[in-house]
Amino acid sequence: MRVRAQIGMVLNLDKCIGCHTCSVTCKNVWTSRDGVEYAWFNNVETKPGTGYPTDWENQDRWKGGWERTKSGKLQPKQGAKWRILSNIFANPSMPEIDDYYEPFDFDYDHLKSAPEMEAFPTARPRSKITGERIEKIEKGPNWEEILGGEFSKRSEDYNFEGIQKEIYGDYENTFMMYLPRLCEHCLNPACASSCPSGAIYKREEDGIVLIDQEKCRGWRMCVSGCPYKKIYYNWESGKSEKCTLCYPRIESGNPTVCSETCVGRIRYLGVMLYDADKIEDAANMEDEQDLYDAQLGVFLDPNDPEVQAAAIADGVPQDWAKAAQESPIWKMAMEWKVAFPLHPEYRTLPMVWYIPPLSPIQNASEAGAIASKDGMPDVQNLRIPVKYLANMLTAGDEKPVVTALERMLAMRSYMRSKTIEGVIDEGIAERVGLDARIIEDMYKIMALADYEDRFVIPTTHREQVEEAYDLRGGCGFTDTNGCSTGISKGSLFGGSKKPLKMPTEAM
Amino acid sequence: MHNFLFGIFPYIALGVGIMGSVARYDRDPFTWKSSSSQMLRRKQLVLGSVLFHIGVLVIFFGHLGGLLTPIWVFDALGISHGAKQLLAVVAGGIAGIMALIGGAMLFHRRWTDPRIRKTSSVWDIAILAMLIAQLVLGLGTVFVSLGHLDGHEMVKFMSWAQGIFTFDGAAADHIFNVALVFKLHLLLGLTIILVFPFTRLVHLVSGFAAPIRYLLRPGFQIVRSRRQTALPKRNANKSTTAE
Repeated sequence: MRVRAQIGMVLNLDKCIGCHTCSVTCKNVWTSRDGVEYAWFNNVETKPGTGYPTDWENQDRWKGGWERTKSGKLQPKQGAKWRILSNIFANPSMPEIDDYYEPFDFDYDHLKSAPEMEAFPTARPRSKITGERIEKIEKGPNWEEILGGEFSKRSEDYNFEGIQKEIYGDYENTFMMYLPRLCEHCLNPACASSCPSGAIYKREEDGIVLIDQEKCRGWRMCVSGCPYKKIYYNWESGKSEKCTLCYPRIESGNPTVCSETCVGRIRYLGVMLYDADKIEDAANMEDEQDLYDAQLGVFLDPNDPEVQAAAIADGVPQDWAKAAQESPIWKMAMEWKVAFPLHPEYRTLPMVWYIPPLSPIQNASEAGAIASKDGMPDVQNLRIPVKYLANMLTAGDEKPVVTALERMLAMRSYMRSKTIEGVIDEGIAERVGLDARIIEDMYKIMALADYEDRFVIPTTHREQVEEAYDLRGGCGFTDTNGCSTGISKGSLFGGSKKPLKMPTEAM
Repeated sequence: MHNFLFGIFPYIALGVGIMGSVARYDRDPFTWKSSSSQMLRRKQLVLGSVLFHIGVLVIFFGHLGGLLTPIWVFDALGISHGAKQLLAVVAGGIAGIMALIGGAMLFHRRWTDPRIRKTSSVWDIAILAMLIAQLVLGLGTVFVSLGHLDGHEMVKFMSWAQGIFTFDGAAADHIFNVALVFKLHLLLGLTIILVFPFTRLVHLVSGFAAPIRYLLRPGFQIVRSRRQTALPKRNANKSTTAE
């Protein structure tokens, strides 16, 4: 056993209102630069839809994630190492920028500088790559917002597998949900595995997956290797970039920008202890539907004194081991089993989990005759098909998703009975395998979602692994190239430099 | 002049090429990259790039082995100079044509596609033009070589190249009276070595290093730790992908 700690995230899709605040604040902080205008480390998709980049869930096309070979070996879906290397001159599975969208800006200046004319001046779009006029914008970062576009296109969504999807094109049966997506900071990252330069690594102390910008050589295998398409090639710098889980914030105990600014308070961050030795077996289950359970098996119970002792022995700081006990991730994923990994069938053991959304009862006209089970509406009657959620979250296994939805319905039912009728109905809790105390705990964390309940983030203990004297007078975060500002204008070796603006002598 | 161009300039080119690369790698590793433009336009890249790279690599190793392997090795192996030259002409010719077709596709793409053109630096275009010119010159020498298939001209170049690397002061004399096209080919080649560290060509070094490191890396995953003292041995004896 090798105990490691990781900062995990849970997103409660039941509360996501699709406001894109997470995406916008993330963009402002991390990707408002040349070369990554098209990149959204965090984006919110309307589902059903083909997503961003278009069709990202189609791994037959992009070859993302892992596969179990016939002989039972686990290898990247792109192929063994020699196969990946053979694609180094041109990566056949890499998306083009048009699969995301051609970044654009508008001629805002024209609005005020236009000469007097008969029609109102307009701000027309321009490509951010070539600077040339774009006559018609064909795609954007959220092109299918609130079911935009025709059903035939949207229904190419891979989560419709095994569903008679035609009926969901009818107005009466249509359904939608939001899916905010970011890097999953996987336990078994496929991006890192496909990097020939060894530039992508997982941090031991908090599990954050990062790209060493000085080691990245732009071979682009990670872009196709990541099944979530959350590695972005910066076409200006020639390096790959990705979500950093806002590690400078996490290190100081603050939530990521997307979590901090989340209006719906749907995001949770906390420590998960896991056994690094179990990763390979867990990712290599024969049946895809066993992968969710296998990942649960990788996590270690922080309340087990033996796990606590092993964690300390393996160098996990004391307050991290303690924080794991308070982790909202542990509670939602392991104790209440309401949160699930996104597409466990990719075998990457993702660490950003999702609570499936409840939805209105199908066929509202029959509201009086809702099929109910034990006094609660049957989740099979929810507008979002359970199979659809299961395809997204549990490789198609409906049972765990049904349990989670029932527990969420039970929580509502219990609290409604308690606060409106003044009746504590323990029976509701028991029917979904919980008790009243747990339901109230769920209510506190999932519904009220106070700041300190959502974010249980211990600070990083650099002092335990670094010599503070060596760091004294260092330059902190730099943009490579030692302590210089790094970016060079007309540098001998290419790249563009923005020298520090120093005050000049005023005569 | 001849002695400067073929006796002294090679050392300048190699010196700048090697020292410049070392300095760039050490000083500015962030700029060390392939500068791939596949993200912006896939069209013409897949075929063009594969043809170009395979062709150029065959030529690169052909030149390296052909010029720098001492002549007595071939003699000992019983390979006549004529046979060696024929091999060089045939293999080099085929690879050269592959590289030229690929290079032409890449250049056409870089020059005419607005996305690629706008995002190209001067060196991106210049180095590709230089490589294509070098391929044309190189293929041009094939026609001269076909005029004397006994291999004695080729031996001149081997003597010159080996003379350079053994610090033979008279190395340039070996190629005093070879055809002009050869001299131009050599000069352009040396110039490419000279400008190597200032262009995207540096990715060639990583291209050779990456497979070695990738294939030798145990498992697939990389975990980085700030820990300065190693952790105690793990309780179970098992290797994982996560190490």
